[in-house]
Amino acid sequence: MFAPAPFLLKDASVSQVMTQVCLALIPGIAVYAWLVGPAILVQLAIASFTALLAEAAILRLRDKPLALFLSDGSAVVTAWLIALTFPPLAPWWLVATGTLFAIVVAKHLYGGLGQNPFNPAMVAFAVCIVAFPALMSQWPSIGLKLPLLDQLNIIFGLAPRVDALSGATPLDAMKTALKLGEGQVNVAHLLENQDIYGNFAGRGWEWVTGAYLLGGLWLWQRKLITWHAPLAFLAAMVLISGGLWLYRPESFASPLFHLLSGGAMLGAFFIITDPVSGCTTPRGKLIFGFGAGLLAYIVRVFGGYPDGVAFAVLLMNLSAPLIDRLTQPRIFGMKEGRP
Amino acid sequence: MLSQLFKFHGGVKPASHKDLSNQAPIVTAPLPSRLIVPLHQSIGGTPRPVVAVGDRVLKGQLIGEADGWLSAAIHAPTSGTVVEIAMHTRPHPSGLSSQCVVIEPDGRDEWIAHGPADYAAMTPADICSYLQRYGIVGLGGAGFPTHGKLTANPKVAMAELIINAAECEPYITCDDRLMRERAEEIVRGTAIFRDMLKPQKVIIGVEDNKPEAIAALCAAVTALAEPFTVVPVPALYPAGGAKQLIRVLTGKEVPGAMRSTADMGVQVFNVGTAYAAWRAIGHGEPLISRVVTLTGNVRQAHNVEALIGTPMDELLRLASPNPDTDGIIMGGPMMGFLVPDETAPIVKTSNCLIAHSARLFPPKAPEMPCIRCGACARACPHELQPFELYWHSRAKDFGKTQQYHIFDCIECGCCSFVCPSRIPLVQYFRFAKSEIWAREREKKASEEAKQRFEFKQFREEREKADKAEKLAKAAAAQAAKKAAEAAAAAGGTVAAEAPAAAGDDPAAAAKKAAIAAAMARAKAQREAVQAKNTDELTPQQAHEMAAIEARRAAAGVSEAPAASTDSRTE
Repeated sequence: MFAPAPFLLKDASVSQVMTQVCLALIPGIAVYAWLVGPAILVQLAIASFTALLAEAAILRLRDKPLALFLSDGSAVVTAWLIALTFPPLAPWWLVATGTLFAIVVAKHLYGGLGQNPFNPAMVAFAVCIVAFPALMSQWPSIGLKLPLLDQLNIIFGLAPRVDALSGATPLDAMKTALKLGEGQVNVAHLLENQDIYGNFAGRGWEWVTGAYLLGGLWLWQRKLITWHAPLAFLAAMVLISGGLWLYRPESFASPLFHLLSGGAMLGAFFIITDPVSGCTTPRGKLIFGFGAGLLAYIVRVFGGYPDGVAFAVLLMNLSAPLIDRLTQPRIFGMKEGRP
Repeated sequence: MLSQLFKFHGGVKPASHKDLSNQAPIVTAPLPSRLIVPLHQSIGGTPRPVVAVGDRVLKGQLIGEADGWLSAAIHAPTSGTVVEIAMHTRPHPSGLSSQCVVIEPDGRDEWIAHGPADYAAMTPADICSYLQRYGIVGLGGAGFPTHGKLTANPKVAMAELIINAAECEPYITCDDRLMRERAEEIVRGTAIFRDMLKPQKVIIGVEDNKPEAIAALCAAVTALAEPFTVVPVPALYPAGGAKQLIRVLTGKEVPGAMRSTADMGVQVFNVGTAYAAWRAIGHGEPLISRVVTLTGNVRQAHNVEALIGTPMDELLRLASPNPDTDGIIMGGPMMGFLVPDETAPIVKTSNCLIAHSARLFPPKAPEMPCIRCGACARACPHELQPFELYWHSRAKDFGKTQQYHIFDCIECGCCSFVCPSRIPLVQYFRFAKSEIWAREREKKASEEAKQRFEFKQFREEREKADKAEKLAKAAAAQAAKKAAEAAAAAGGTVAAEAPAAAGDDPAAAAKKAAIAAAMARAKAQREAVQAKNTDELTPQQAHEMAAIEARRAAAGVSEAPAASTDSRTE
C-alpha cells in the first residue's frame, strides 16, 4: 500500500471551483433574463450543450477519461461566458460555432484543462466578431422584450431577423453618435435624451453589470479569486476614462458609464481572473489587470469594435508568462535581498 | 505575557483530532516481548555496538557508543539478554534495514546504578559530552544530537532560546500531555539549555489550542521562579516548524537553506528534548523511553510512555485498533508516512502512531491537471510557488526547480492539502530533490574518478620516465664499463645484454602511445556525455548546492528524508 503524506486533505476539487464560478454568475444571468427575456437562457443551454458534446468528442479522441473530465465543469464555465458575451438573439449556430472553437481549438488543441494560453471564451468572441461582425453587433432594443416563442424563432432562424429588433449596444451607440456628430454632439446630452441610456449607463444593462459585480465580490469573499486583478482592471479603467472625462467631458463618458457598460464587470471578475490564462503572482495579477483595463478602454473608445475586453484579455494572455517570470515574489527568509 | 506576535505566510487549518487522545493521562506501556533497538537513531554517525550476543544488560546500560562528534549514544531500554545484533527494518519510508541490538527482556526491569549529575561542577564541555553519552537527541522529528546545538556561535549573540511546544500536526498529543503532567521537569530542562546558551530571552511557544498545557507551564515557570515566557501562538499548521515558530515569536525569517538558526541568534529545542535533558542531568537516566501518541482508527486513543525499540504493532495494540485498520502511520497525518513493516521498532523520534484505515483516510480522488489556481502558493509557509515547482519537476527540468528554490521546501504538505486538482505536490518535490542529489553525487563521483585516473596516468608517466632514466644511466655505465673493458680487451657477455635492454624500448614506447591515445579518447567521450543540468548555475545556486552537499555529507547520505524534515520539527 503506497499513499504519500499528507493523509488529510481539504475538501476541494476542480468541479467545486467551477461550480462556484457558475453560481457567482447566476445573479447576472437572472437580471439579464429579466431584461431581455428567456433568450439568454436558451443561448446558455445551446452553449452548454455544444461545449459538453465537443469536450466529450475530443476527450474520446485524446483517449482521456470521459467522466472525470466532463464532470470538472470547466467546459460549462467557458460555455456560459460565451453565451453571456454574445448577443442574446444571435442565431444558434453562431454561439455553437464560437463554443466549438473555444473547446476544440482554444482549449484542447493546446493540451486541454490547465494548458490553454488564451482564455477560450475570449478566443470565441474574437473569432466570431472578426468573422461575423454584423451578427455580433446586433443587440436587442431594450423595451422590445419579445415572448419566448418569437425569440426562439429568431434564434433558430425560423423568423426573419428584422433590423428594427436589433440595435447597437449602449457603448457602440455612444461611439457612433460621437463620431457622426463630429464635435456637435455632447455626451451629457446623449445620455439624457436617448432612450437606451438609464441612470448611469445603458438602460437595464447597468443592472446586469451590477449583478456581475455582486457575483464577483462573492467569489472574492469565497477566496476563489484574489482582489489584485479585478481591482487593477477597474482602477485602470477609472484612471484613463476619468482623466479623459475631466479633460473633455463633452466628448468622453464618465468612469461610472464605462464601469457599468459592456463587459467591464464580467471581464474584471470572471475573465481576467481565469487562473489558467492569467498571471499567478500577486504583482503579476496587478499588472495583468491594469493592462487589460487600459487596453479594454482604448479598444472600446478608439477602436472599431463595440467593446474591447476580449482583445485586451487576449493581448494580456500573451504577456502573462513573461509578467509572471518577472514578478516572482521573494521567498521566506530572502526578503532583504540576502542570497 | 505581552509580547508581539508575527505572522508567517500561508498555512492551513486541518481538523486537529487532538481530543481523541489528549484526555487520558500518560500510561507506562508494559514490557514488550522483545526490543529491537536500532543503533542509528539520530542524524550523524552510527553508534558502535559495545555489547555482544548473549550479554546480560541492565536498564540504561550503554549498548552503542557515539561515533564521532555528531552522534549520540544508545542504551538498553530494560534489563535482559542481547539475543541478536543484526539488520532489521528501520521505521523509515524506504523500508531499508539498519543494524539493531535485539534484547529479550527478563521482566525485572533492573536499572544500572545511576543518579543525578553534579551539575554545578560541570563545565559546558562536560555537559555537552554528558548529553551525548546519555543519548539525548531532538525528539521533535529529526533527531539532531542535542549537544550539537548547545554551542553558541561566538560571532552572533544568542538573542532567543525557543522551546518548541507548538505541536501543530493533527492527532499528535504527546507534547500536550507531557506539558500537562511534567511541566516542572520541562522547565528545569529548559534552564539547562539556558545556562549553556546564555540567551537574552527564553520563550516557550505553545499553540493556543492547548490551554491546559499553557496553564501548567505557566505554573511551573512561576514555581521555579524562572524568567521564561510562555507564549500562546495561534493554531495554524505548520506553526511548529522551527522557522515558522521563530518567525511568529521573534519576527525573524531564517532562510530555508540556512541550516543553523544559531547564525541568526536563535536556537530552538523541542519540549520533549528539554524534558529528556533534565531526566539525564537531574536523574541520570539516559534516553530510553519517550511519550508516544496512539491514535487514529482505535477504540482507546491515548498516550503511552514507551521503551525505545518496542515493535510498533505491539505498541499500537495497547490502543485496541479497530478491525479495519490496514496500516500504521508514524508521525502526523501531514508529514508522517505509512510504515512499510509494522514490526519495525519505535525510535527516539517516533512521536505518534496512527492506525490507518480507508474510512479515516479515504483514498485520494484521481489527480487532475493543474489549473494554476494558486491555492498552493497562498498556502505555502515558505512563500514558494509550488505549481511552478510542479511544472518543472514534472518536466524533469531540475535547473528550473532550483531557480524556484526547491530546496527551501520543508515538505510540510500545505500545498497538497489545499490543491483542488489533488496533485501530490510534495511527492513531486521529493522526487526532484532526490534526482538533483543523485546527479550531484554522480557528477562528484565522476570528477573524483577523473582525478584518480589522471593521477594514475601521471604516476605511470613518471615511473616510465624514471625507468628510462635509470636504463639510460645503466646503459651509459655499461658503455663506460665496456669502453673500459674494451680498453682492457675483455669478454662479450655484457655487450650482449646492453642491446637487449635497448631493444625493449621501442616496443614499450609504442604500447605507451597506444594507451595514451585510448585514454585521451575515453576522456573526450566522458566529457561529452557529462550531465549538463547543473552547468549554468549562478554562483548563488552553486553556493547553495555546495552547502546542501556539505550538510548531507555531515548527516550521512542515507539520512536525506530525515534531514529534510528536520528544519520543521526539531
